[in-house]
Amino acid sequence: MINYVIRRLLYMFPLLLGVNLITFVLFFVVNSPDDMARMHLGQKYVTEEAVSKWKVERGYDLPLFWNDSQEGVGKAEKTIFFEKSVSLFMLKFGRSDNGRDIAADIGQRMWPSLAIALPSLIIGLLANISFALLMVFFRTSRLAFWGVTLCVALMSISGLFYIIGGQFLVGKLLMLVPISGYDTGFAAIKFLILPVLIGVVSGIGSGTRWYRTLFLEEIEKDYVRTARAKGLSETAVLFRHVLQNAMIPILTGVVVILPLLFMGSLLTESFFSIPGLGSYTIDAINMQDFAIVRSMVFLGSLLYIFGLLLTDISYTLVDPRVRLS
Amino acid sequence: MVVYWTDALIFLLAIAILLLGWRASRKEHLRRPWRKVAQNRVGMVSLVVLLFFVVIGLLDSIHFYPDLDKGSEQQSGEAISLFDKWVTPIRLQEEKSYSAPFASRLFAKEMIEQPNGQVVWDYPRLKYGGAHLVDEGVKKSDILALTAGGMLKGLGFWLLVTSSFALIRWRSLSKMRRNLGLVLNGATTLPLRAITLTILFLSLCTFSAMELAPHYHLFGTDKVGQDVFYQALKSIRTGLMIGTLTTLVMLPLALSFGILAGFFRGWVDDVIQYLYTTLSSIPGVLLIAASILMMQVYMANHEEQFASLALRADMRLLFLCLILGITSWTGLCRLLRAETLKLREMEYVQAATAMGVKRGVILVRHILPNLFHIVLISIVLDFSALVLAEAVLSYVNIGVDPTTNSWGNMINSARLEMAREPVVWWSLAAAFSFMFTLVLAANLFADAVRDAFDPRRASD
Amino acid sequence: MSSFGRYGAVQIAVIKRFFLVIWLGMTALLMACSGEPLNNPYSSEKQATSKVLYSSFSERPKHLDPARAYSSNEYAIIGQIYEPPLQYHYLNRPYLLEPLTVEKMPVVHYLDKKGLRLRQEASEEQIQWSEYVISVKQGIHFQPHPAFARSQEDNLLYHLLSDKQLEGVSQLSDLKEQGSRELTAEDFVYQIKRLVSPLTHSPIAELMKHHIEGLSDFEKTTEERYKKWQKNHKNGGFFDLRQADISGVQVIDRYHYRIRIRGKYPQFKYWLAMPFFAPMAWEADSFYAQEGLIEKNITLDWYPVGTGPYMLTENNPNRRMVLERNPLFHDAFYPRMGEEGDREKGLLDDAGKNLPFIDKVVYILEKESIPYWSKFLQGYYDASGVSSDSFDQAIEFSGEGELGLTQAMAEKGIHLQTAVTTSIYYMGFNMLDPVVGGLTERSRKLRQAIGIAVDFEEYISIFMNGRGIASQGILPPGIFGYESGSEGVNQYLYDWLIDRPKRKSLAIAKKLLAEAGYPNGRDRETGKPLVLYFDTTSSGPDDKARLNWYRKQFSKLGIQLVIRATDYNRFQSKVRNGNAQLFMWGWNADYPDPENFFFLLYGPNSKVSSGGENASNYQNSEFDRLFEQMRNAEDGEERLSQIRQLQEIIRRDSPWLFGFHPKAFSLYHDWYKNLKTNLMANNRLKYQRIDSELRNEKRQAWNHPVFWPILFIVLLFSLLAIPVWRVYKKRERETAL
Repeated sequence: MINYVIRRLLYMFPLLLGVNLITFVLFFVVNSPDDMARMHLGQKYVTEEAVSKWKVERGYDLPLFWNDSQEGVGKAEKTIFFEKSVSLFMLKFGRSDNGRDIAADIGQRMWPSLAIALPSLIIGLLANISFALLMVFFRTSRLAFWGVTLCVALMSISGLFYIIGGQFLVGKLLMLVPISGYDTGFAAIKFLILPVLIGVVSGIGSGTRWYRTLFLEEIEKDYVRTARAKGLSETAVLFRHVLQNAMIPILTGVVVILPLLFMGSLLTESFFSIPGLGSYTIDAINMQDFAIVRSMVFLGSLLYIFGLLLTDISYTLVDPRVRLS
Repeated sequence: MVVYWTDALIFLLAIAILLLGWRASRKEHLRRPWRKVAQNRVGMVSLVVLLFFVVIGLLDSIHFYPDLDKGSEQQSGEAISLFDKWVTPIRLQEEKSYSAPFASRLFAKEMIEQPNGQVVWDYPRLKYGGAHLVDEGVKKSDILALTAGGMLKGLGFWLLVTSSFALIRWRSLSKMRRNLGLVLNGATTLPLRAITLTILFLSLCTFSAMELAPHYHLFGTDKVGQDVFYQALKSIRTGLMIGTLTTLVMLPLALSFGILAGFFRGWVDDVIQYLYTTLSSIPGVLLIAASILMMQVYMANHEEQFASLALRADMRLLFLCLILGITSWTGLCRLLRAETLKLREMEYVQAATAMGVKRGVILVRHILPNLFHIVLISIVLDFSALVLAEAVLSYVNIGVDPTTNSWGNMINSARLEMAREPVVWWSLAAAFSFMFTLVLAANLFADAVRDAFDPRRASD
Repeated sequence: MSSFGRYGAVQIAVIKRFFLVIWLGMTALLMACSGEPLNNPYSSEKQATSKVLYSSFSERPKHLDPARAYSSNEYAIIGQIYEPPLQYHYLNRPYLLEPLTVEKMPVVHYLDKKGLRLRQEASEEQIQWSEYVISVKQGIHFQPHPAFARSQEDNLLYHLLSDKQLEGVSQLSDLKEQGSRELTAEDFVYQIKRLVSPLTHSPIAELMKHHIEGLSDFEKTTEERYKKWQKNHKNGGFFDLRQADISGVQVIDRYHYRIRIRGKYPQFKYWLAMPFFAPMAWEADSFYAQEGLIEKNITLDWYPVGTGPYMLTENNPNRRMVLERNPLFHDAFYPRMGEEGDREKGLLDDAGKNLPFIDKVVYILEKESIPYWSKFLQGYYDASGVSSDSFDQAIEFSGEGELGLTQAMAEKGIHLQTAVTTSIYYMGFNMLDPVVGGLTERSRKLRQAIGIAVDFEEYISIFMNGRGIASQGILPPGIFGYESGSEGVNQYLYDWLIDRPKRKSLAIAKKLLAEAGYPNGRDRETGKPLVLYFDTTSSGPDDKARLNWYRKQFSKLGIQLVIRATDYNRFQSKVRNGNAQLFMWGWNADYPDPENFFFLLYGPNSKVSSGGENASNYQNSEFDRLFEQMRNAEDGEERLSQIRQLQEIIRRDSPWLFGFHPKAFSLYHDWYKNLKTNLMANNRLKYQRIDSELRNEKRQAWNHPVFWPILFIVLLFSLLAIPVWRVYKKRERETAL
């Protein structure tokens, strides 16, 4: 087990190196450091001198991958790629292109993202499971058919509509919650109600359907038939056997996304102007702040790989039959 | 005649699907699940709706240059499609700004100079919408009359189509009478009643729209006075392109890598696993953003190749499909790898290997056909997800070209309209209803296909 | 069986409890709504009585360092914090400079080559330098700030922060001790040095090196010094700029300093009203140079240190920024005089009162325009611009064609303010281009023909809701030399009707085009249609219509327009390299002087050859000669006639199609007082006042939450539960049997 974990952890390095390489190629082909400098220096009165000065200061004056002017290892070391990647691996995100410390920003913006994502996940999970159970319970009646159709209908609506509609109805027409914004501490609750509600509602279609299939698969199994044959009531079968056994795939499915909750939601955050990591990323894309985007890509990949690892481990914990080798 | 890249590819895809369908129809084991799909009422209704969309999309993919002699064409120099030609009146009927559905006047007041030189502040009449009305009071009855006329035509068209089908199929009158009873009771194995009713509904809608659209703006007009109904229809092509061409890109990658990894294992497997884990661990949006930016730079540097706006927009659409394909093949690849691993341990494969059949032959003969259901299911499931993704990408400005008609672009600009007072709701509503119909139909059809092909769900 | 029944019982209990919770929540909500609007985005206890202004920012300001900041959103904040020597009079029009942190308006002296004073009317050839002696007002203090905090032994407390001191410091306010000190001439000079410091990249460094004597040399020596210094200070630290001097900028005594400008440059006084020349305390620079603070994002670029009416107490660019009144702010008074009509508008009600009026300004991050506008209507923002989407709701034309507020807005007590901005959007021709460029008669006629065809009046009406005026020349209204009426009309493109200019007819354009060698848009010799290329940036879905519109304008003449839309970076580099043919660009005035516009066409400023701001690379020696005379002249009859000649030359040559000057519309609530559009002044905030009681009343009146839909939904769900419950019971019975 420990061996396996260590091996997986080591495997992360080549993966992250690949991630770094891909993003790096993409971003430097797109924007030469010259473009970046002009973008950040503003529009009026910019000269070549100022541009080169900016590049030197940010360390963008080196060659991209290979430095011919250096000796030996320096050929690979004194390049933008090497210098920027190494610090990422040490989790030193450095400064954004306009001079802010990225790690500090991430540390600060992580919390609002979590404040939305975590309640959405938990409430969503509860809602989805209960609806799915209801549908399984009534699986032979017309109710279930309409339930599934409703789910498909809900799935077919773009997330943008949920956000636009929710904001329009609850915020503007009914004036029940502030339309957008954020606050610290408990004052944040009134800002969170609507995004969380929208998060739950927009996920209910696909979530319910997914759990329904899980339960249905479980309900066909022999032990359930046995239990029913013993005379257990339908409710008891559902709660005692089906739900309990379906917990394994449910839990492992949740575990894999847990680390990614930190990354926040791009759409919700920018619509509700919540200062989380999602809106941070969007801003960075729009401002073409390469340093931030690179850090976020790295962080996202890291968390994803970490989530995969967690899933594997949680499998062994909940299901003793699975052995990691 | 102009052939854009996406046009060529979509027709290629259509032909490929037809060929595959023809081949499949001759093999009994492949016909069985399809028959099951055909018996699914919801699935068939969705399929009819989907086909309706596909026809519009395909019509919209045959481009040519309009006759320049007519001169009055507003957008001379740009190619138009067969579909454009068909809907020409609504394509060219541009108002000045917003107008509500079926309105005969603009949505906002303006200074109007009257014939006697006096200037009044009022809602001006539209240039096209309801322009044929002398008295606006009769608008309602006019609309009703037009709709009724359209419906009648639609009914006639439907009768023509269904009766000729019946004639071809059942030949004799007595057979027809017998079968008609079955159809009306919904007792046929093919859900003919549902299918014909859907066709009736669609033809009623189409013909009423065709009657109404030249005289009114069915979904109003947008900020610069373009007909919203026209935009929504044009967006169908974009949605279909994204949904289908992406799979065209993704499929070869996923198939070849998935099978190779599962079949050869060892270092090949390691390399491929490394490749897709790396790719899938990069947040997709960021990868797409970077690639779209890259392509814009390429187009800026090679201007001479992209002389017209339409060509640029087309390249961007193609590229978006490409990049979406690259980001989305990993999921299918993983599935195929797992399945291949399973298949290669099967007795018949083992036997073939033992008998010295070449590995290439085993791959093509024994493994590939048995992966077909997984591929099919994931394609139909991905389709709707991709159509939905387009909207989100357009919101972040990394979607299709802003000049391309797409539901995402419509939603994106409609966002601001929701803050108006009174609300301009029709752009959003049009985008919503079209997109919802397509995605719902695709989802329902996907369900039917999955139920039929997935062996695990056979009992469901 | 009974044991199984328990499951149902438990469930019922859960459901009952659930409804109870909902019910309690609803009553709580209902009770809450009686006092405070539910949708109030601000925490409640403080706001009732204090004079807080609520505003927003959509993008975090990139720089708050006065040497680096150069865009309007940055100036909106630092204009309230840093005080340059001069400011614009708040009410007076035309714009008038007045002393801010100096005793009196600086007087310029001209010097000859030997450094001897010349008379004021000396000719330009004689003048080698202009010299400004500036006397700083006494008794002005910097805002309280940790950088000035001193121990009892008079040592600076926080300039060598140890790791231990830094523990638990995450924002500036975590450093508790604060201090202040008097403003001296030294601080002004220090800031000028910072403009060219290797550590700051001032956007005006290159420009100022041109004008300020010795600044260039200072930069070079400082850079060398910095390189040496860097070798000894691997871990960073304070690089002291005070150790060297600029030959042209000298401290005379504690309250006086002198700036020497090369040649004659009367526009320099306008730069003295910009934050670039605001005083900077060296203590601030030294304090923020500490590596430990930089790591925590505490830098001068984010926590300004100024002498102005406000200080930035909270700077969280991810959420909000807060300006609070500077307790040490010097005496400043609301102007007693204004423009005609200001008294009637109530703009002089507060005349002579001590500034500022508002205690606190909260800028909230708001990226989307929808929420902003809705919140403005709910009373949670005090002012708002008018986007083209809210235009119809807010603005309508009165009977006489005047723009005014709609009934609904007026009833809410909202006010409207409009002003033509001091900026111009133009379509430039690249004069180096073989087809559209050059100063031949032929190309001139081609450009004029296009000028008639591209109907910017229509553009304004379609894309800007009429919020702008079509330009007749390069100067926008409000700048010296702008002329309205028949004198100011561009007679190459317009005819003057009795009361308004009218664009010449297309027939004339076509004739001009034929004379230029392209009858009906086809080359006379080859017979091929004329194809022109238009470069522009394209970003949003609205652009499609805009680009189509351009194409339509050209097709009126039979010219085919190919649009090459790219991103802004690419667009800029194309213009920079002279690869563009036609392009759309704009210019926003730095200061209200015609020089700041005409220099955009001055030959030596050509973009391609010198990287200047002359984007169309126009070069006309007559224009250049006249411009050189005009730029340094004093406003007066002579300058006006020079400007007329300049306008005439560029109207004839048409290197640009003078597009339009946008009009800025802003709305504000009844409780927001003393607002007057001032396009030049950055420090408007201190004059403004908030009536917070009125605001509270209106907010309460406008925000009544609507509850019935929630009740309705709850009811609906409970109704739905009935059939479900029935089926459930039935099933339960079946299995039990």
